[in-house]
Amino acid sequence: MTATTRRAGPQALPERSPGPARPRRTGRIRRIGLPYLLLLPALLLELLVHLVPMVIGIAMSFKELTQFSIRDWGSAPWSGTDNYRLSVDFHGAVGEALLHSFLVTVVFTVLSVGLCWLIGTSAALYMQDTFRGRGLLRAVFLVPYALPVYAAVITWAFMFQHDNGLVNHVLHDQLHLTGKPSFWLIGDNSFYALLTVSVWKGWPFAFLVVVAGLQNIPTELYEAAALDGAGRWQQIRRITLPSLRPVNQVLVLVLFLWTFNDFNTPYVLFGKSAPEAADLISLHIYQSSFVTWNFGTGSAMSVLLLLFLLVVTGCYLLLTSRGRRTTDV
Amino acid sequence: MSDRVKSPPSPMAPPRSFRWSRRIFLTLLTGFVLLPVYVMVSSSLKPLQDVSGKFRWLPSGLTIRPYIDIWSTVPLAHYFTNSLVVAGAATVCSVVIAVFAAYAVSRYSFRGKRVFTVTVLSTQMFPGILFLLPLFLIYVNIGNATGIALFGSRGGLILTYLTFSLPFSIWMLIGYFDSVPRDLDEAALVDGCGPLGALFRVVVPAAVPGIVAVAVYAFMTAWGEVLFASVMTNDTTRTLAVGLQGYSTLNDVYWNQIMAASLVVSVPVVAGFLLLQRYLVAGLTAGTVK
Repeated sequence: MTATTRRAGPQALPERSPGPARPRRTGRIRRIGLPYLLLLPALLLELLVHLVPMVIGIAMSFKELTQFSIRDWGSAPWSGTDNYRLSVDFHGAVGEALLHSFLVTVVFTVLSVGLCWLIGTSAALYMQDTFRGRGLLRAVFLVPYALPVYAAVITWAFMFQHDNGLVNHVLHDQLHLTGKPSFWLIGDNSFYALLTVSVWKGWPFAFLVVVAGLQNIPTELYEAAALDGAGRWQQIRRITLPSLRPVNQVLVLVLFLWTFNDFNTPYVLFGKSAPEAADLISLHIYQSSFVTWNFGTGSAMSVLLLLFLLVVTGCYLLLTSRGRRTTDV
Repeated sequence: MSDRVKSPPSPMAPPRSFRWSRRIFLTLLTGFVLLPVYVMVSSSLKPLQDVSGKFRWLPSGLTIRPYIDIWSTVPLAHYFTNSLVVAGAATVCSVVIAVFAAYAVSRYSFRGKRVFTVTVLSTQMFPGILFLLPLFLIYVNIGNATGIALFGSRGGLILTYLTFSLPFSIWMLIGYFDSVPRDLDEAALVDGCGPLGALFRVVVPAAVPGIVAVAVYAFMTAWGEVLFASVMTNDTTRTLAVGLQGYSTLNDVYWNQIMAASLVVSVPVVAGFLLLQRYLVAGLTAGTVK
C-alpha cells in the first residue's frame, strides 16, 4: 500500500500540477476582485443616496414640475433652460430673491468661518501648555459640538425670545443698552442671531482639528526657536501658524462647505421661512421647492449652488496648493 | 552642562502677557459656551410662569415637573426609541461598510482607487437640498416597484444617514489603517489568515480608537440631522429632531418642557462624546496627517 502510493506520488505530480495553479489563479482573481468587493457596499450606497439623486436632480432642473406633475415626474414636459433663466433673471422677483439670499449667505459664511477659525485656533494655541483644569476646559469647549443641533439651537431660540428671552433681559433690563426690547428672530437683527448661533456651534470643530494639528509639530522646532531667543508670540507667528497651513487648508474648506450649505441651524431657529436678513440659500431653496411647490426651479437653484461650490472649491484648492508649493521651494 | 538641563523649561514657560491674555480669553469663551447650557439646565427646573414671563437668572422655585410632563405632552419616549434605532443601526452599518472600504484603499492598489476616494469625499460638498427631493422620489418609486417601504420608514432614514457619515468615516479610517504597520497583517497572511482574517484579527484590533471615533461621529450625525428627518418621517417613525418641535402649541410654548426635553435628548450623545473625545482627536490627527 505504502509502496504504491509512494510510487504513485511522482506520477501523480504532473496531474496535480494544474491543481496548485488553479487556486493561485483564483487567488489572483480574488486578489484583484477583493478590493472592489470590499468597496461595493460603500459604492452602491453612495450611488443610491448621492450620485443617482444628483443626476435626477439635474434632469429635473430642465423640467416643468408642479405638485401635480411631481408624482409622474419622468413624463413631465421638458422646459429647456426656463428654470435657470427664471433663477438668474435678477430683475424678476424669483431671481432677485435668490441673488439676495446668495449674497446674505456669502457674507454670513465669510464671517462665520472667519470667527470659527479665529476662536478655534486661539483656544487651541492657548491650551497648548498644561495648566490646572485644562482637561475639564477642553471637555467644556466640546459641548457645543457634541450637543444635537436642534437641542442647542432651540435653546438659543429661547434666549433670543422677545418677551422672555435672556438676551433682551440682559441688554435691555439689566444693562439698559437698548431703548426697547429688540426682536432677534425677525427683522435685520436675525442675521446677528444666526451668526452667533453658528459661531457658537461651529468653532469647537476648528478647535478640535487645530488641537490635532498641533500635536504633529515637532517640539524640537520650538526648542530651537527658543534657543535662538524667539519669544512665545514670535514662535506662534514663525513656527506654529506656518506649520498649521496644511491643516488649515482642509479645515477652512470643510467649514466653508458646511456653513454655506447649513440648513439645520436657520430651520430650527426661524422655522420654515427665514427672515429676509438671514435667508440662507439652503432654506431659501427648500422654501422655493416645498412651500411654493416649484420643484423644477428649486432643482435649478440647487444645481447653480452646486456649480458655485465646485468652482470655489476648485479655485481654492488650486490657489492654496500653489501657494504652499512655492513656500516649500 | 547645567545650562542645558535648565534651558528647556524656562523658554517654554509662557511670558506674563501670554498668561494674562490666556486667562481673559478662556474665561470669556467659557462664559459664551456655557451660557446656553446654563439656560437649558436652569429653565428645565423652573415652573411654567418663570419661563413665560421675564427671564429670570434664578428660578422662583425648583421643580422636576417638566421632566415628568415631557413624556406625556408629546410621545417623547416613542421618538426617543425611533432616534435610537435609526442612529444605532446607521452607525453600525456605516462603521462596518467604512471598515471594508478603508481596508481596500489602505492595503490594495487597484484601478480607480483615486477616483473612488475623490468621488466619495466630494459628496460631502453636495448641498443636501439638491438630492432631498430626488431621493424622496427614488424611495417612493422603489416602494411602488418592490413593496419595500423606504419612504416614511426607519429603513429609509437609516439608509440615508449611514451614507452621510460614510465619506468622512472612510477618510478617517484610511488614515488610521495606514498607521497600522503592514508587517502585522502580512504576518497574519503568512500564518494562514485570509485577507478578511487579517483585517478582523489584526488591523481592526489595532485601529480600535479610530473605529470608536468613527462610530461616535456616525452616531452624532444621525442623531442630530433635521432636514431629511422632517421630510421623510411620518407620525410613527418621527425622530427627536422633528418631535421636539411638538412642545409649542398655538396658545402656549412650554419652554421649561422644551429645555427639559432638549437636555434629556442631549445627555446620551454629550456623555458618550466626552467619554470618547480623545479617540476622536486621535482619529482626526491620523486623518489630517495623511
